[in-house]
Parts: sequence; C-alpha cells; structure tokens
Amino acid sequence: MSMVITEECVACAACEPECPTGAIMERKGLYVVDRKVCVDCEGYFDRPQCGEVCPVEGAIIDHKGRPLNASGSLQGTWPKETNDGTVATWRH
Amino acid sequence: YGEEAAHRYARMHVAVAPACHIQCHYCNRKYDCANESRPGVTSGVLDPEAALDHVAATQARLPHLRVVGVAGPGDALANPKRSFAFLEGLRRRFPELIPCLSTNGLALPGYVEELKRLDVAHVTVTVNCLDAAIGEAIYPWVFWKHRRRFGREAAAILLENQMEGLERAVAAGLMVKVNSVLIPGVNDRHLPQVNRVVSGMGVAIHNIMPLLAPPESATFYARMGQPVPDEVDLEQVRAQCGGSAHLMRHCRQCRADAAGLLGEEPRARTIPIARSTVSSEIFQVAVASRTGERVDEHFGHASAFRVYRLTPHGVGLMVKQRPVSRHCHGSDSCGESDSPLQRIIDTLRDCRAVVCERIGPDPQDALRAAGIEPVQRFSGSPVVEALSTLNREWRV
Repeated sequence: MSMVITEECVACAACEPECPTGAIMERKGLYVVDRKVCVDCEGYFDRPQCGEVCPVEGAIIDHKGRPLNASGSLQGTWPKETNDGTVATWRH
Repeated sequence: YGEEAAHRYARMHVAVAPACHIQCHYCNRKYDCANESRPGVTSGVLDPEAALDHVAATQARLPHLRVVGVAGPGDALANPKRSFAFLEGLRRRFPELIPCLSTNGLALPGYVEELKRLDVAHVTVTVNCLDAAIGEAIYPWVFWKHRRRFGREAAAILLENQMEGLERAVAAGLMVKVNSVLIPGVNDRHLPQVNRVVSGMGVAIHNIMPLLAPPESATFYARMGQPVPDEVDLEQVRAQCGGSAHLMRHCRQCRADAAGLLGEEPRARTIPIARSTVSSEIFQVAVASRTGERVDEHFGHASAFRVYRLTPHGVGLMVKQRPVSRHCHGSDSCGESDSPLQRIIDTLRDCRAVVCERIGPDPQDALRAAGIEPVQRFSGSPVVEALSTLNREWRV
C-alpha cells in the first residue's frame, strides 16, 4: 500500500517534509513516493500527511487510484445548487 | 520598502520557497506559472545555492541592488529549511544586502527569533482581515498541526497566528509591514479597521493593494467573477485609513522573482498571472511573421502579431495572435498621434520586444518610448531561434 503522486503535481514540495517515513523524494524536479517506504501514515497520523498538505486536487491518489483530495474539495466549487433549489453564492 | 528608496535602490525577489500551507482564493498553485514546471520540465524554483548565485549575477547587472527578499512563490516560512539556508548564505556572501521576507503569518510566531538571528530586519505579513467570519471567504483551508482545517476554523487559526506573529516581530524590533489585498464586497469596509489595529500594534507600513483576478489565473475569485477594485476604490479605502502605519502607494505587485528599480518598472511589464507566482520572470515578445516560421514581415505590414512567452524553461506557447490594423498604408499619415501606430503599440504594451523583419525609424522611437524594444537583427531567421536567443540573453 502506498500513496502515489500523479502528474497533477506542481512540484511545490509541501508534502516532502511532512512525510513521517521519508518516502517522498524529488527526482529531476518531480516528486515521487517510494512504495517500499510509504505506510500511508499508519502508526504515525490518522490521515496521510501528503494528502493533508497538498494544494492540488487529484495530485495524490491512494493505492486504489482514489484521489485524497477530490475535484472541488480544495479550490471550491461554488456557486452550487442548494437543497431548496436556489443557487447559493460562494459567500454563504 | 520605502518610497524614496524605491527609486534609488534596486530590489530583487528570490524564488526559493515553493511550498505553502494555506490556500487563498486569489491564488491557484496549479495554474500560476508553476505549470511551466510540471512533470518533465525542471523546476523554476531555485535551490538555496543556485539562488545565491542568482543574487551575484543580479548584483552585477544592478549595481544599486540593496534589498533581497524571499517572497515565495509559496510561503517563505512554510519552507524554513530552504528559506533559512538562503538567508544564512546571503548574510555570509552578501553582508551589504538587506534581507527581507514575506509570509502569510501562519508560522511566523515560531520563527521570529530565527529571523532576528539572521538579521532579517524587514518582514511583510499579509493580513486581509481580523475576523474569521470574513477570513473564511478568503481562505478555504490551512494545514495546521498535521491536519487540513477548513472554513471558519481555518481562518481563525491563521488570523490568530498572524496577530501573534506581528506582536512578536514588533517586540523583537523587526520592521514590520502589512500587506492587505482589497477584495470588494469581502474586506473593503473592514480594511480601515485592519489599518487601525495593525498601526496600534506598531506596524510601520501598511500596503493596501488591489485584488488581481485575471481569468487566466483560474483562481477561485477569477472563476467566480469576483469584482476587482479600480484606482478609485483603492483610494477610497486608503482615505479611510488613518492609522500611524505609513500607507504605501508605490507597490507594483511584483512577482516572486522580480528584480530592478521599482520606479522603473511599469505595472504593465509585470505580468499579473496570480498573486502567488513562481520561478523566474516570464517575458512576452511580439513577432511579425507571415507564417510563424520565420521573422519575415515588416512591422508596418503586419496585420497581426504572434505573442510568445519566454519562460525560464524555454520558449513558451504562443499566447495568441493579436490582430492590428496595418499602420503603414504608404501614405504620409505615418507617426501621427492616435494613429494606427499608437493603437498597435497599445495592443503590444505588455510585450518586452517586437521582433520583425524591418521597422522604420519613427515607429522604432514610438515603441522605445512605450518601453518596447524593436528588434530587427533576426530578420529572416526562424522565429524559434530568435526567441531562444533573446530568452538566453535576457536571463544572463
């Protein structure tokens, strides 16, 4: 089991120092997870740290290919339909 | 830094800090120039050693260089190892230069001592509000204590750290500046209060600057059609700010890697891609070419210019073709004011140079007066070759 960094990555390096096992490294300007070293933060934190800090939706996926930060989860997707059918503005 | 100094001394921003621990709605890390450093391309962010060499090269080019700042493209204090290694080296190799740093303030309380030790006398903190209810409309999340926090909780954590950071920095004797982004409908009525409070805390300079949200930035605000303020809005808010902090009015909202004399850089020259921009400067160049392959068109005969971006990684994509009406119709109307020529120049105002086969003396002067360099020496050469050469020369 291991996290995977996808080509959405913008190489901002935020994840690298957060990884408790040192599984994330830079390779030619890109960031990759060493599958043999990554433990999905089990035993360290309740959530994978790379996924917690990453600013880009879809840049980190789990071993089943599910994004830790789905589309719209970080940058916002408002205005969206509310339950009563009106369109909410982004300012709540 | 100060208004007078801005016109006498040069400053540079050094892009050594790529990471950030918060999200602002006026920033999108995916679509700032970072997408020029996507997989397969080397990163435009400099490691601390390379950044010091870059300072040396810039110093040779700008003898008035006095101030060197770490301004991102992420947050200087979210990258403590890189930022402090750079500042340590700066103090060792360039003791005559004044280091400064800008931050969103989240990590500031813990680093004030370190900044003091490294002689970083100037710190800029971006404070857009004091109230988490406003902050949640600006900051969707922060990463704090191993978890991403959202909404009002996120804003509250950030604002609390900003205040504590400001307090500690002032107490430590640092010269503290506050930047505030004016976001109409979000914090415009609130900024006079920010001004009052930070002034009361001993902040020396308050810089209120307009939100930038061009569509191509793809930031949340840009996508939501958030209005941006004009000069009048800006002055209205500034007029309500009566605190002791000096109101800065010469800010040009430079990129994370800008260099030069502030007074000599027209705003049009700095490409406002996103608030938090990446890596080295990007230049735009207009080319007069019939097919796009060779520099084979006379400036006055061109009915469109192809505008290219030159990035630290090479010649970028063509931005777009800009149609213009030919300025030369063979008549003697050439060079009149508000002429077709003037309109062409307005169209190309964000370009650093125009590369063409040939160009008459009057249009040359007019271009130079507008800060655009006419370039004829690539006449007949492949466009790509001309652009690569300029890109290389401009980055020495």
